[in-house]
Amino acid sequence: MVVWLRSCLAVAATCLLTSCSGRQSAFNAQAAQSEEIKRILLIFIAVSTVVWAAVMLALLLGLIQRKRPRDQPLDPHDVFERRAGSAILVAGIATTITVLALSVVSYGAQRTVFANDPAAVTVKVIGHQWWWEVQYQADSPHLSFTTANEIRVPVGQPVTAELESADVIHSFWVPSLTGKMDLVTGQQNTVQFTAKSPGVYRGQCAEFCGAQHAHMAFTVTALPPDEYRRWRDHQNQSAPSPSDPLSIRGEQLFRGRGCGLCHTIRGTLAGGQLGPDLTHIASRETIAAGTLPRNSGNLAAWIADPQHIKPGNLMPKMSLRSDELIAILHYLEQLQ
Amino acid sequence: MSDLARDAARHLRDNQLEQSELAALLLRIWHTPSGWLGSLTSVDHKVIGKRYILTAFAFLILGGLLAVLMRLQLAGAERKLLSPDLYNQVFTMHGSTMMFLFAVPVMEAFAVYFVPLMVGTRNIAFPRLNAFSYWIFLFGGCFLWIAFLFNVGPDVGWFAYVPLSSLQYNPGKRADVWAQMITFTEVAALAVAVEIVVTVFKQRAVGMTLDRIPVFVWAMLVTSFLVLLAMPSIMVASTTLILDRLVNTHFYDTASGGNVLLWQHLFWFFGHPEVYIIFIPGTGMVSMIIATFAGRPVVGYTIIVLSLIATGFLSFGLWVHHMFVTGLPQLGASMFTASSMLIAVPSGLQIFCWLATLWDGRPVYRTPLLFVLGFFAIFVLGGLSGVMVASVPIDMQVHDTYFVVAHFHYVLIGGAVFPLVGAVYYWFPKITGRMLNETLGRWNFWLAFIGFNVAFFPMHILGLMGMPRRVYTYTPELGWDHLNFLSSAGALVFAASFALLIANVVLSLNRGERAGDNPWDASTLEWATSSPPPPYNFSRIPLVTHRDPLWAEGVNLPVVAGLSVERREVLLSSIADAEPHTREASPEPSIWPLLTAIATTTFFVGSIFTPWAAVWGTPPIAIALIGWFWPTGSKEDEE
Amino acid sequence: MKQTIVRNVNELPTYGFGSQTGPWWGAMAFIALEGMGFAVAIAAYLYLYAVNSKWPLNSPPPDLWPGTLETAVYVLSAIPNQFTNRWARRFDLRGVRIGLVIMSLIGLALLVIRGFEFAHLNTRWDLDAYGSAVWFVLALHTTHLATDVGDTLVLTVLMFTRHATPRRFSDVTDNVFYWNFVVIAWLPLYVLLDWAPRL
Repeated sequence: MVVWLRSCLAVAATCLLTSCSGRQSAFNAQAAQSEEIKRILLIFIAVSTVVWAAVMLALLLGLIQRKRPRDQPLDPHDVFERRAGSAILVAGIATTITVLALSVVSYGAQRTVFANDPAAVTVKVIGHQWWWEVQYQADSPHLSFTTANEIRVPVGQPVTAELESADVIHSFWVPSLTGKMDLVTGQQNTVQFTAKSPGVYRGQCAEFCGAQHAHMAFTVTALPPDEYRRWRDHQNQSAPSPSDPLSIRGEQLFRGRGCGLCHTIRGTLAGGQLGPDLTHIASRETIAAGTLPRNSGNLAAWIADPQHIKPGNLMPKMSLRSDELIAILHYLEQLQ
Repeated sequence: MSDLARDAARHLRDNQLEQSELAALLLRIWHTPSGWLGSLTSVDHKVIGKRYILTAFAFLILGGLLAVLMRLQLAGAERKLLSPDLYNQVFTMHGSTMMFLFAVPVMEAFAVYFVPLMVGTRNIAFPRLNAFSYWIFLFGGCFLWIAFLFNVGPDVGWFAYVPLSSLQYNPGKRADVWAQMITFTEVAALAVAVEIVVTVFKQRAVGMTLDRIPVFVWAMLVTSFLVLLAMPSIMVASTTLILDRLVNTHFYDTASGGNVLLWQHLFWFFGHPEVYIIFIPGTGMVSMIIATFAGRPVVGYTIIVLSLIATGFLSFGLWVHHMFVTGLPQLGASMFTASSMLIAVPSGLQIFCWLATLWDGRPVYRTPLLFVLGFFAIFVLGGLSGVMVASVPIDMQVHDTYFVVAHFHYVLIGGAVFPLVGAVYYWFPKITGRMLNETLGRWNFWLAFIGFNVAFFPMHILGLMGMPRRVYTYTPELGWDHLNFLSSAGALVFAASFALLIANVVLSLNRGERAGDNPWDASTLEWATSSPPPPYNFSRIPLVTHRDPLWAEGVNLPVVAGLSVERREVLLSSIADAEPHTREASPEPSIWPLLTAIATTTFFVGSIFTPWAAVWGTPPIAIALIGWFWPTGSKEDEE
Repeated sequence: MKQTIVRNVNELPTYGFGSQTGPWWGAMAFIALEGMGFAVAIAAYLYLYAVNSKWPLNSPPPDLWPGTLETAVYVLSAIPNQFTNRWARRFDLRGVRIGLVIMSLIGLALLVIRGFEFAHLNTRWDLDAYGSAVWFVLALHTTHLATDVGDTLVLTVLMFTRHATPRRFSDVTDNVFYWNFVVIAWLPLYVLLDWAPRL
């Protein structure tokens, strides 16, 4: 038992250390909100460890101590009964005080995490089976744009994510920034976070949402404010017109094969709403909601047979000839 | 039979008979008819209890195999053992099987077998309802598993959140199968709950006042009330889901005024008490085992009973903590934090009472006690991680991650399955007349204890490292593969411990050491009769003068005479002080419960395909019920 | 174990009434769980009421007369019901037969009125969430009504046969008891279905 305990603690300690550096770890706290949660998480873990050890110690001592012999199970041990009664009472009161104190600690952290700064930058995130639509809305419509799966926010400024769902319930969760919040069909929830340092923070859908729930990741990239502004200006532009013959043919095929019925490429006739906006697809790091890194090979494989990579997703297999595939790929890759 | 003869027979009572003659007469009226047709008519709570226990364990094995499949899939990053579609069916089937076909039924099964013995009566109240309950449970479980084998297994999680389970996002019959399985198992569970309540209220042996009821019986009484008050909520939920899917109602359709969070409220108003429906019987078992193996009555009987009742009440005030991240008002959520943490107090009090019992007793380290000691280490940890998830901010991080998977397996396996396996070792001699092998038992315990912790402790860390639940795979760069591999290895060891349990049962059934009436020198009434007990349980009803009757009375059991030996009779007594007031007839074996169950099954299965099943499915049920209750002219009815 | 007979229950009766019997407590338990079912259904209705800004959503409230008529019949049915109870406890076979026939007729009449009530709900179950909730609550109560009417009919038949034994009189009192539950459960539903949409 002792051996087991020690090895268990050793494993736990190493794991806790490794989890601090994890890509999607609650201990890799990089925002005001996640730091607050991490703080009380550590308090709770410490209290729990002490309580668990105390109970195990009481059990162990009870088992090893020498017992007064007893002829009959019902022989009374009056002194013991009295002492046990008061010990149980004291322990019960201690339990009550502990949980009430932890409730207060929890409530304090809850106020911090849910403190609402009205001056925040707003991003609307709409969950789809199985990807994230991201809308940046500005006062004038021509400054508003839509992208997918990769959210960029300014460092040091509070950001409000307005969460909605286009279909089933999803959950928006970037452990390094804050706790999760559900995207509930028919209502809008919000969650706020303030990134403290620049970086790319991975998130993932945390509410079971169907066949490809496992493949519904996204990133939040915190950028210095001027870089953030440059990125927004760039994203706000329409797609560049295809210039070379191959991408012109790619653009024609994109239209001809009906890709535009589901996907939007701003500045072209493609205006579909069912799939991710592809206006700046070539500036993204991953495809298919974090399923694969975006490179020519993966993108080609995806266009050729999306059902093989992510079975059940809405995009049908297109049965393209290889020259057609190359043209479309070439077109998409210049949508910087 | 002429009136005169009947009158004479009615006067034949057990007080006029010698022991052997009495036993023969009682056997004649209480035995289950022979042959397989006869066995289908059985209303003996022990026969049905055994069937219930075996069936529930069969579902445990099936659910456990699914768990092994999941662990193999997740043992490394991007493994391709299961397709996403199959994985989603598998985890849904695992959760649904374990919750609805194993955990709740197995606890009720032990109650069906042992509560009548512990309170000193000859059969459970409403024995035919009991038979019906078993058949419905069996048919419902088979229905779910047959559907799964035909690739119509539900794939929406054991919680079946709308709108994922709505017709729009789940065409086909998979979600209907889930919802109707709920109907089956809830009907079965509710029936047993009614029987337990009435058995405990009205059929306790003379003198078994409220403060002399064994703790396990108290636990099952509280559990039965939880079932009665929690399960209607899931019945409403599953019915409205089927209606939405089948006849186009709009309870959960946001476009027509419906609301998806209504489902979550209904589900968790049942779902949280459900945890206590599973856990409270486990604590009852712990109290029984500790008293026996510490060799003294459990310390703080009153505190334990009041804690059970308090836990029952509090369990209805926690459900919102499953919905902290659905965007509820913050102040309301924090109230549920406090109530969720407060339920630690009654559980804590029980643990302190057990610790005190062990301090004062002289523990005999047999397998049942080992499992209870394992229960302490595991359950306390699970309770503490429960306090953590009750906090809104912490829950925002760990909700729907492997941290929660670890937490509730610590609570449910630690709090219910470890005591349950301990109870199997403890009560196996009573059920079969043979002891389970002690050496295998020790191996069983250590494999289970080590396997369990290796399988589930790493999941806490995985959750904190960001691994969500219900994902069929993950990418290698997330760094989750080592801990997942460790967890899978532990799961295999844990599974092996159950294989050992089964082997032990099979070997000991014929070759085990013979158990006497009371092999552990325990104190409660189930040990006052032979092992296995005769069909009539007790040749005369015990008279109870102490909370631990067998310790108080020594070798001579005071009994009550005067019951008929010509017809099945049970003694009814008053609720508080257990004063006898009626010799009530107890039903004879009957085939009608089975026929009613078949008619009901036809109705339930038919109604996921067509609403007209409600029309053509009702008359057969009504006919079967009339057959069930129609007087047969036998003694039991005509008295 | 050896046994010492310390008490004799020879003289105890073989049946009782009310809380002395197992079936009465069984009925209590079923009433508890069914009452919980009604409570949950009412809560679901009120939840949908609360989350929608308009209620009823797309239809006028139900016509008042069928529900009101039904309520009146329910309340008045308590009188013959109580008489049946009294007769059963006195083993008055003639009285019980009369009482059961009257209660059967009242039950059948209520089923007919219930049909009219469905027809005058002014909405359909598949119109919107309001319609679904209304139909669900009313159908839930109708199953209880129909079950008790069926039970009453079977008991009535039994009491006209040789099976009219003392035990049966106890069954009659349990049936009386369950009918009271059906009546009491209806009263909040009447307010909910017929008056809540008019607030």
